[in-house]
Amino acid sequence: MTILQIAFLLIAFVTLVSALMVVTSPSMVHAALWLILTLAGIAVLFVLLNASFLAVVQVAVYIDAIAIMIIIVVMLTNNPLRSQMRTVTRTWWGAAIGALILLAGLLVMITQTPAFELQAPALAMEQEQYLKTLGSALVDVNQFILPFEIASVLLLAALIGSITVAWPFLAGRKEEQDR
Amino acid sequence: MIPLSWYLIFAAILFSIGLYGALARRNALAILMAIELMLNAVNLNLVAFWRYITPGAVSGQAFALIVFAVAASEAAVGLALIISIYRRRRTVAMEEINMMKW
Amino acid sequence: MQSFLSDPFLFIANWLESVLLGWGLQPSLATFLLQLLGALALGTSLLLLTFLLIWAERKIVARIQDRLGPNRVGPFGIFQTVADLLKLVTKELITPQGADLIPYNLAPLLAVMSVVGLWAVIPMAPTLLGADISVGVLYIISIGAIGTLGIMLAGMSSNNKYALLGAFRTVAVMVSYAVPMVLALLVPVLLSGSMGMQAIVNAQTPVAFIFLAPIAAAIFFVSSVAEVGRAPFDLLEAESEIVAGFHIEYSGLKFGMFFVAEFLHAFTISALTATLFLGGWQGPWAEQYTFLGLLYFIIKTSLVYFVVIWLRGSFPRIRIDQMNALNWKFITPLGLASLIFTAIAEKLAVDFGLPRLLIHLGANAILVALTALALGAYARHQRTQAAVRQERVRRKSTAEAA
Repeated sequence: MTILQIAFLLIAFVTLVSALMVVTSPSMVHAALWLILTLAGIAVLFVLLNASFLAVVQVAVYIDAIAIMIIIVVMLTNNPLRSQMRTVTRTWWGAAIGALILLAGLLVMITQTPAFELQAPALAMEQEQYLKTLGSALVDVNQFILPFEIASVLLLAALIGSITVAWPFLAGRKEEQDR
Repeated sequence: MIPLSWYLIFAAILFSIGLYGALARRNALAILMAIELMLNAVNLNLVAFWRYITPGAVSGQAFALIVFAVAASEAAVGLALIISIYRRRRTVAMEEINMMKW
Repeated sequence: MQSFLSDPFLFIANWLESVLLGWGLQPSLATFLLQLLGALALGTSLLLLTFLLIWAERKIVARIQDRLGPNRVGPFGIFQTVADLLKLVTKELITPQGADLIPYNLAPLLAVMSVVGLWAVIPMAPTLLGADISVGVLYIISIGAIGTLGIMLAGMSSNNKYALLGAFRTVAVMVSYAVPMVLALLVPVLLSGSMGMQAIVNAQTPVAFIFLAPIAAAIFFVSSVAEVGRAPFDLLEAESEIVAGFHIEYSGLKFGMFFVAEFLHAFTISALTATLFLGGWQGPWAEQYTFLGLLYFIIKTSLVYFVVIWLRGSFPRIRIDQMNALNWKFITPLGLASLIFTAIAEKLAVDFGLPRLLIHLGANAILVALTALALGAYARHQRTQAAVRQERVRRKSTAEAA
């Protein structure tokens, strides 16, 4: 056991426990907080994988944008009269069995992969160099320009779509504005 | 050092937890959070494969970045839908949002 | 071994390292201990600096308002903050009934942590910086927003309506002002070709970026003042409207932590503005004598901090709709336009070898002219609309009278 392995196990344990709390916590606010801890743990795993740029992006996109948006919506939709409602559906055991079967299948497949005990090879270049290569690959005509542009169009569509969906005027509910 | 399988097992467990949450929770927000967990598991797998199998290319990182963009748009549209549904029905429990169900 | 005079910090670090290695420690452990010590020294000196900041702010605001300010404890009242702190420490820590305990206690920690964490990447002198990570600008964005999270948690978990209102305002203000801030941050990144803070400072050797991109500098300054929630953007803790906003239910040291975080954050954004747009530690002989670099950095930061206090002393609080209109209708489009203009100007300067300063200043001047035209057209439109509305009301009333 090296220090890195102990660190990995510790982070993985914390992340998985907080992920379990996300899906079991009765309070939505607490679930959102556990979600933030899970995302932070995954950011640390990105650092362990020598992808520090992705770790920072993970914090910037997930924790700053998505988690804060989720907390806002939790605040907006928090109905105190209904806070005592059940948190799981009636068929939650079916979901649990399905998830367990999927997990078992995945684990079996993982143990059969040829790369089971693969150790990390040396990095091909410096970290800084990776960032530059990634940046130019994303806008390179021969590499990832198409997915990159599609992602930007998708973001624009999501922007317009979410405004359209959430705007009370367009939904024809003027009294919403007066309330 | 850490073998590749550790990351894969971790991601598999995380994905299963997310799947359970997406199927079992009643609150639409909780389902959205569970979907984020699953996306994160996939992302971690992408980066782990990049690091262990093709560290010379950047395709793993590029795909992870695009998954980030997709996750951001998914969260934005999903949360807007939840707000809109909450305005009309005063609830975010998925079982009670059954207008389209015949 | 470098001499003490040219670089005291590196000298001390080298000396400490030799001492630690002399004790027979592993080199990696010694490095780790040194980094820990450095972080501890930086954090402690920052938190101690807050005493001075609070005193300076109270003194300057008092002078703006034609008062004397604190003048009883110590020379010029400089120890007033210490007395305040002692009072704060002795107060009871009250937890409101029905509060959500974990977020309630986590929030002040997050607020302080994010501010102190920002200083890890700010270069204070050529050799004096925490970590020169290659994505420093992204780090600033992501760590800065954790403070927002702390404030939101404080408002939500306090089980108090005023605190909740403060949290809602925080969301409206801080999250939306992050957009122009990021846009303005991209301009120095574009000009220097790097996201590392030290590289950005190094790229400002002939001219500071404020001369190349004055509009971006102004946008960054205004939106980061809003991000901190300082006057005139202090409506998340507006005393006259929502009592104390998000920290209404906090007492004693927990309130003190929010207080410290706010003042230190104001100083931090001054340091960021100085680093990104005013050249950071750059100045004559800063390369040879590290201490001079630190001195330049402190002078520039203090200048910007003085402007922050000046703003607080001069402007009334902005209403929330004015605030959102200012952001989404004015600052964000201007930030986008500034980014595009800077990119085009930089491309022109690089490809055709034109004088960089002139091209950038010209681009910014064109942008200012366009903005003025657009604002004028908008104001004319508003006036016409108002006149039409007035006319309609007048006709209606005369018709009714007849």
